[in-house]
This record gives sequence, structure tokens and C-alpha cells, in this order.
Amino acid sequence: MTTTLPIDQMIDPQRGIISREIFVSPELYREELEKLFTRAWLFVGHESLIPKPGDFFVSRMGEESVILCRDAQGAVHVFLNSCRHRGMKVCRYEQGNTSLFVCPYHSWSYTTDGKLQGVPLYRALYEGTLNREEWSLIEVPKLALYHGTVWASWDPQAPDFETYLGDAAEHLDHVVDCRDGRPGGAEVIGVHKWVFPSNWKFAAENFLGDSYHNPSHRSVDMIGMGPSGQRGASSRRDNEYAGGQRFWVGFPQGHGLTGALMPEQTEYVSTYHQHPIVDEYFRYCFHERKRRLGAKARNMSLVGNFFPNASYHGRQPRGICVWHPRSPTETEGWRFFMVDADAPAEVKDVLRRYYMRYSGPAGMTEQDDMENWLYATAASKGTIARRYPFNYQSSMGAYKTNDPIPGDVSLQMTDQTPRNYYRVYASYLNGAPWDELLGRPQMQVAAE
Amino acid sequence: MRPLAWYQLREEIEDFLYLEADLLDQRRFKEWLELLAEDLVYFMPMRRNVKFGQHAERENTKQGEGISWFDEDKWTLGKRVEQILTGVHYAEEPLSRVTHMVSNVRLLDVRPSVEDAQEITAGCRFLVYQNRVEYENFTFIGRRTDELRRVGTSWQIARREIILEQNVLLAKNLSIFF
Repeated sequence: MTTTLPIDQMIDPQRGIISREIFVSPELYREELEKLFTRAWLFVGHESLIPKPGDFFVSRMGEESVILCRDAQGAVHVFLNSCRHRGMKVCRYEQGNTSLFVCPYHSWSYTTDGKLQGVPLYRALYEGTLNREEWSLIEVPKLALYHGTVWASWDPQAPDFETYLGDAAEHLDHVVDCRDGRPGGAEVIGVHKWVFPSNWKFAAENFLGDSYHNPSHRSVDMIGMGPSGQRGASSRRDNEYAGGQRFWVGFPQGHGLTGALMPEQTEYVSTYHQHPIVDEYFRYCFHERKRRLGAKARNMSLVGNFFPNASYHGRQPRGICVWHPRSPTETEGWRFFMVDADAPAEVKDVLRRYYMRYSGPAGMTEQDDMENWLYATAASKGTIARRYPFNYQSSMGAYKTNDPIPGDVSLQMTDQTPRNYYRVYASYLNGAPWDELLGRPQMQVAAE
Repeated sequence: MRPLAWYQLREEIEDFLYLEADLLDQRRFKEWLELLAEDLVYFMPMRRNVKFGQHAERENTKQGEGISWFDEDKWTLGKRVEQILTGVHYAEEPLSRVTHMVSNVRLLDVRPSVEDAQEITAGCRFLVYQNRVEYENFTFIGRRTDELRRVGTSWQIARREIILEQNVLLAKNLSIFF
């Protein structure tokens, strides 16, 4: 396969046309790894995975293994999981506690703040040549702790994470803050990891406010496996947002999501009918959240994707799923499931059971997604197929900026969020400066 | 030497497990559900890479806490069957072709006695082959521990623990039963 067109001709948000090449081309995939995954802020993990000094959790950024680690002083780091000497992974356990990362190959060892400590036969072999200070584990230049979540970028010039998030921040808050509105306070109760033969962007795009794919989930809606299913409720979720104004919103940085803006006088909608304690907990959280956040509590964030590959469920179920690239046609999903750390035990138990039957490769809902992404990828590989681009023309122009919430907001289902996402994606592949990647007005270059 | 009754019992249990596997492979899902006790626990942990010496404590996720591949009851499995029977569960529509191989069947515990076996803990190995649509192939290999309960002249499964020998799941879906 060869890429025949420049990126700007393959991605045409104005006309709503996007080439299939970006979902199958090995050349474009290399470009993504080099120009996008080396710059964008990526989700790495959550502080609840590494509560104590010496705790580590091995994660991924793009194709590469990284170690999320809390050092002996309590500071959080993200290191490339590769020895500086010959590259062996210095950690092949998924999670644990250690005082040293010892490379199995030649036994170079590193402290939890990444410093090279042990070099066997140092005096005899390296004295006067090897300066340990210069051979620490490779550390991300940009790291952000945000309400318990951990994000990192390989680009020293990357803007602060909050600038990168922009107005999408309040939607991330919805996912990572306590249900009652206290900032942070979530706990990751498990991480699904699995591989599937699809381009990673199909998965990201699925969460980018693509409510249009609902028909593919008809089976779970018919059988009613949701939180009130045992009481006969159909559907896969409780409809908490029936009285709200649905919105689909994109942000200049490429993030996109869907949610509902609830009326000011909205009342709690009963959920988890078969579990009165859980219903009561969420009733309490609803009122407490309203009290704490005021008008902001009207936002109910359902699903979305933080550019480029951190997708989320904000309500039922709840968590962040990262779509790691493995090849043009293979993705590794890492789904981090979240609950309020201080929620009652029964609430956590009901939630985790619901998460498992909904999400991931064993989840009744998401299995059908994987089927779609796989065959969409497979059927886009062909020579003839690649001559025909995808259609992204729904709701062209049907959005308002910053009305009624920040961002480019549509009140109907729309391809505006993916059009916006791929516009930003093209900018990364064109090596655009950060101002452009953040959607800031271009600096006027004075004619000289 | 064990008493003859023990071997007879093992054969009875093997037959039961083979019958059960056959119901699944023949897609007789509703009949399969009838073999499951109302208080069924159906559990498949995730397997983690842990340091030597920590396997007993940390290798497998735990039933009753956190996230596993499956930690379910009969209601949920019933929903999974219902979902397949809708005909629009696209991860199993068209249906996969599946064969369950069950082997290494062992009686790990028989209660109260071999002569009057009411409850049995049986271990086995499984090799499950799934072929989907045209070119998709998945092989799931692992170990199972089943708690079986005598009901009349047959048995019911009261608890099933499925130990899949994988860390990162090397299949896009777990849309079949184990």
C-alpha cells in the first residue's frame, strides 16, 4: 500500500470526506507514531494505582511501554520502560512496589526516581567514562496530575495539560471527580487489556459523540441488561437524562463528546432500581453535587474522547479507555474502571458487576462495537475500497459556538465532532505548531 | 487403589461435562442454562504478571472484588443467552462455530462420600476453538474448577472458575461460554 495523496487531500472536513487510507495505510501509521503520539497529551493512569512510595504501574504511550511510578519521596514519574544500556525492559511486572528497577540483562539498576544507581563492575569497566547522571531512565518531559488521573506528553514544548484540555475540562471532571462533585476521589478498580484487529481511530471515533451507531446495540437494549434490568427495565442504561437537552460538542484541541444539559429545576431520576442502597447513594450524590457545583451540575457528560485516544464513559458505566496503536490494523484497548473510592461497599459491588457485563471484550454492549471496528477496518484495506472515501457529512454546519455550553455545540447527532477531530489530526501530521494544534487564532505574520 | 465407586463417579462427571460442552457447541443455549444452579457463580479472573513468590496472592484477580473477565450470576448468563437469541447481537451474529474440548477431568473433592456424592469439586482442562464468519480464529486454553451439585439423577453447576492462560486477552471478544 502506498499513500498517494497529501494528508490535506485525504482529510477534507469542509466537504465531510475522509479517505480510508488513514485507517489502513502503514505509512500514515508511522506518521501518527512520529508526529502525533510524540506530541499529544496521553492518558497514562491514575494515582490510585500507585498510592504508596515505590508503587509502580506499567502503562503504554503509543506503542511503547512506560512505567508510572511513585518515587521514595512520593513524587510521580513516567519513564520509558527500557534500559539505557541495551534496551531490555526494566520492568515486566504489571504493578507492584519496588525500591529499584533492575534490568535482567546486564543488571543496571535504577531508583524509583529514574536515576541510574547500579552498574556492575563500574570501577573496572566504566570509571572516568560513564557519568551516571546522564544515563537515567528516559522520563517524559511533561507530566500532569489531574484530579487523580495521570497524563504525559513526550513534547517538551507541549502546553500545560489544562490548556490542552481547554473547555473540555469540565467534562473530564465529570468522569474523574466524585459523583457528589468533590474533585478527584476516584479509584481504579481494574484494568481490562485486550487486542483487536482494528485501526485505533475507529475506537476513538466511536466515543467521539457517535450516537448514530446506537442501532448496533439493539440487542442489549432489547434484553435490558442495564442497572435496572432485573426490575424489567429495557435498555442498557437508565435514562438519567430524559428531561435534558442533548448536545454533541467538539473542541478546538480535537476533543469531542456528547452529553445532556439538564434543566435548572431538574430532579433526581431514580436509577439502579433493583438496588435501593445504590439508588439512594446516587440520589444523595445528585443533591450534593448540585449544592457544590451550582449551575455546572446541570452538565451530564455521557461519552467522549480526549484527543487523540482517551475515551470515556461519564455515567453508566464509568471509566476511561485508551486505544493504543499496535499496527495500522491492530489496537490494544486498556479500559480503566472507576468508582468513588469512598462509596459504600454495596455500591461498588453493583457498579463493578454492571461494568463487567457492559464493557470490554466480555461486555455485552462493547462486543458489538468490536465487531464493527474489525470488519470496517478489514473492508477498507482493498485497492478498490481505498479509492472511495468515508462519508462524514451529517449535520453539516449545524452547530453554534459556545451556545449553550463552551465549544462547537450541535443539538442533534453530528459528524461535526469527527470532522473537527480529523482536522486537528491532519494538523499534527502536518507538524503544525502548538498554537494551531490548540485551535488558537493564527499569529499574524507581519509582512517585512 | 481407589474404590471402583470412585472411578464410576468420575466417569459420570466426565459424561456430564461432555454433555454440557456438547449443548454449547450445538448452540442449545437454553438447555445449557438449565444445567446452572440458581445461585451460580461464574468467574474468569484476569491473570497478571507478578514477581516470583506473589503468584498465590496476586496473580489472579479475585472473585467478589474489582474487575475480572467474568464475575457473574445466572441472571447475567441468562441475559447473554437472550442477547444471542435476539439475532441482532452482531458479535455472535452470524453465530460462531465453537468446539469445547474438555480433558484431564479429576475429582478434587467429593462430599459427603463417594458412595453418596451430593457435591463434587471437579477440575479439568479446556481447549475452546472459535471460528467466526470467514477468517477469524481464536483458541482459548486453560483450566476449570467446577462445583457440581447433585439434582435428582443429574448434576448442576453451582460454581465455575475459569483460568484462561492469557494476560492481555488475545481475542477481540469473549462472546462465547466456557
